[in-house]
Amino acid sequence: MSKSDSLQGSLDVLVLKILSRRPRSHGYAIMSAIKEFSDDVLSAEEGSLYPALHRMEEAGWVRSEWIKKDSGRRARIYELTAAGKKQLAQEQERWQAVTSAVNRVLRTV
Amino acid sequence: MSLWSRIANVFRAGRLNREIDEELQSHIEEAIEQGRDQAEARRAFGSVLRRREESRDVQLVTWLDSLRADAVFGLRRLRKTKVTSAAAILSLALAIGACTAAFRLIDALLLRPLPITHPERLYAMSRSGIGFDGKPSSSDSWSYPVFRLMRAAAKDQAELIAIGYWTRTDLTYKSDREMEKASWQYVSGWMFGSFGIQPALGRLLAENDDLTPLAHPVAVLSYDYWARRFGKDPKAIGRTFRTGNDIFEIVGVAPEGFTGTETGTAVDIFVPTMMNSSVTRGDSTWIRTLALVKPGVAIEPLRQKLAAISRAFEVERAKGFTDMPRQKIENFLNQVISMDPAAAGSSNLQKDYSRPLAALATLVALVLLIACANVANLMTAQAASRAREMALRVSIGAGRWRLVQLVLVESAWIAILAAAVGAVFAWWAAPLAVRMINPPDNPARLALPADWRVLGFAVALTLGVTFLFGLVPALRASSVKPASALKGGEDPHSRRRLTHALIAVQVAFCFFVLFVAGLFVTTFERLSNRPTGFSAERLLLLDTVTEGSNQPAAYWDEVADRLRAVPGVETVAFAGRPLLSGSQSNNYLAIGGGPPMETLAFFMNVSPGWLGTMKIPLVDGRDFRAGDADPSAAIVNETFAKTFFNGENPIGKSFEKTYPRRIPLQIVGLTRDALYHSMRESIKPVVYVPFRRSDAKGALQPIGSGMIIVRTLSTNPLALASILRQEVPRARSEFRVRDIHTQQELMDEQTVRERLLAMLALFFASVALLLAGIGLYGVLNYSVVQRRREIGIRLAIGAPAGAIARLVTVDVSAMVVVGAAAGLALGMASVRYIETLFYQVKATDLRMLALPALAVFGAALMAALPAVMRAVRIDPVDTLRSE
Repeated sequence: MSKSDSLQGSLDVLVLKILSRRPRSHGYAIMSAIKEFSDDVLSAEEGSLYPALHRMEEAGWVRSEWIKKDSGRRARIYELTAAGKKQLAQEQERWQAVTSAVNRVLRTV
Repeated sequence: MSLWSRIANVFRAGRLNREIDEELQSHIEEAIEQGRDQAEARRAFGSVLRRREESRDVQLVTWLDSLRADAVFGLRRLRKTKVTSAAAILSLALAIGACTAAFRLIDALLLRPLPITHPERLYAMSRSGIGFDGKPSSSDSWSYPVFRLMRAAAKDQAELIAIGYWTRTDLTYKSDREMEKASWQYVSGWMFGSFGIQPALGRLLAENDDLTPLAHPVAVLSYDYWARRFGKDPKAIGRTFRTGNDIFEIVGVAPEGFTGTETGTAVDIFVPTMMNSSVTRGDSTWIRTLALVKPGVAIEPLRQKLAAISRAFEVERAKGFTDMPRQKIENFLNQVISMDPAAAGSSNLQKDYSRPLAALATLVALVLLIACANVANLMTAQAASRAREMALRVSIGAGRWRLVQLVLVESAWIAILAAAVGAVFAWWAAPLAVRMINPPDNPARLALPADWRVLGFAVALTLGVTFLFGLVPALRASSVKPASALKGGEDPHSRRRLTHALIAVQVAFCFFVLFVAGLFVTTFERLSNRPTGFSAERLLLLDTVTEGSNQPAAYWDEVADRLRAVPGVETVAFAGRPLLSGSQSNNYLAIGGGPPMETLAFFMNVSPGWLGTMKIPLVDGRDFRAGDADPSAAIVNETFAKTFFNGENPIGKSFEKTYPRRIPLQIVGLTRDALYHSMRESIKPVVYVPFRRSDAKGALQPIGSGMIIVRTLSTNPLALASILRQEVPRARSEFRVRDIHTQQELMDEQTVRERLLAMLALFFASVALLLAGIGLYGVLNYSVVQRRREIGIRLAIGAPAGAIARLVTVDVSAMVVVGAAAGLALGMASVRYIETLFYQVKATDLRMLALPALAVFGAALMAALPAVMRAVRIDPVDTLRSE
């Protein structure tokens, strides 16, 4: 659970952020939102979102719920937990720190 | 979610998979709904199967999940091979059950700490040296005066506690007609306090109860006795009972679980040592000495200190032994005093049974190893037939460890199922074994709780067994080389080598078990068939006492006359105690006023007619007459004549008893030898003296207790027991029968340990032989199946049946011979540890070796026969066509 390479870290922080803005979204909606907010720049293999969601659920950052959609199909929607909100704040901070550090390096060289 | 949910998810993995699939599927459908191309959406999503695996892995405990899968798979495989699995499980169950039962007994008797606050600080004192009979002897009994000195000296380092020997005592809560028996122990008043024991009711004994002789007739009941006798009635406190002429008052009940420090017995009533009339006597040793050592005290200096006090006391006392051989006194004073940890208590049962139990436990462990070898061979054979399955698993990416786990889990199933069946067996077998060592009216009461200690042992045993028989096949299965295995075989000999080694080990252990069992069985047989010199048939022993005071000898004769008139009674006689009672009375003799002789003589009081009743033939001289009273006449046995009169006819000659003062006796009769106090003894020089006694002035003395010995006409003497019991008080109302035994019971009691060893050893030997035979059969049979093709070709090109039989059995018979030789060496090397348990049996006796050898080779032959038959009956045409 403590794996946190930079890519995975970034996916986590993105998902948490989306969920904080648009609570109770299902996987596809989160995916679309990432694309939308990043102007289509960020688009990984879509399937990798789900293991990340399930891992965050295990960690207690998000919770899920099955709902019935209008079309009759079931969908699983996610929302942040209190721990998730805390985590988002930390991740955001970390992300800022890392990117500003990377920027500093890029500037000096 | 927590670890718990991840564990729970392992057991609802199916639902988990469905949910993940549904979610992934809905993603793709959503994408298509949004107008994306179906193929593009799927491509963008990536591998659904991989995502599912990843998601699954974060949502459950993966190792547990693989374990679950293996467990399900393993169980399915076991069910597929029902007969072999059942055989493996049952043989293991028997062995595990026997091991657990043995552990329960050993734990209960030797390991389990007493329920007191600091059992680890408890030590038992004992002394050992050369006894008065010239043989090594040890004892744990002391007299009270020396105990008191030792206690005072050790005050700062340890609390010494005196514990009397456990006895059965007659007592009554009402009238003398309603006597009952209870187990009874004198203990130091401060015992309960030092042990940190709290009363269940009332109060326990205290130091104050135990300072003045005969001053505090108080008693504490054990919880068990209180429940049994009084139905846990609180009004039991304050009640009184009478034993002998003393009246005791019950003051409290000990807590549940504490039944004294004499493991294997359960005390009903605890009374202060000061209530024993021997408490002031320096020559009466009747207490065990326990030491509760204070924290941080070194044992050795304490031991030396106590030894010095004990020796000084005995030196002083030995000054009174004027008329005793010098060397004997030296031996007596030179006894070595030791202090041994007694966390589990200290009892004769422990002393008598620790070695036999260890011997039995060894046999049981070997049986378990034989069973393990069987299962290991079975698993190896199965692993061979699974080589392709394993190779396939490796080829599609299963890790080696997963394969080890797969096979081990299957082994664990066998072990767990076997342990479950074995537990039932142990549940039943351990109390049965305790009952077997129980003389009828002296019940060994061994608490046999099935608690975490036993459970822990069983679990550890099961795990150990799993690795023992499962690990090698598992490693072997996992080291499969896919390329060669899928091609259809690798070096077939490597597998056979292991199988053969296991066969040799099995045969070695089996031979050893048979060998030891043979020694035990022969011991029992020789001991119980030993000529006793008298006839025990139809003999009934009535332990008789008089109430209130001793009664005149003439009254005893009245009782005897009354019994003679009872139909079914052949003869009646009196004796001070029965033959082979286990107790003895001895004395040093002097002849013609000379110094005391080195050899002890053994004494017994008997009435006229006793020799006839016992059927001990009189060689010369006469039997006692009604007028004879001790000390005057004596009848001696032939060994006595040999020892003290160089084998000359001793009739008419005299000798003197030396202790406590010299008293002359004249020999009036000579009898054949008969066993005196135990079945194991060498024949002793015995002096029979009259049952009637006279004092120094020659006046007859009244008698308080004796054995009435009745030879009955019916073959079952006990049929008369209740009639005789009632008849005695009818003859004279002062007389009462305390106990009735047959002479045969006394003799059986003396061989209880040998019978137990012989029976259990024989049982385990049969199991070992059976298991080894099954193992051998399995291996041979399997090798024939495996070499079907080869044998078919050999037969086709004209090999005779004899050559085929040799081909099939040659390796295995070599292993059987090697194993038997190893077993023999093992037996010879270890037999000295149990030599003390044998009676007139030598391990080097050829018969002792021939028997197990014959049994092992016979079993091997039986086991080989079906396989050989199968091999020579192979039809080459069929075999070659089917390949």
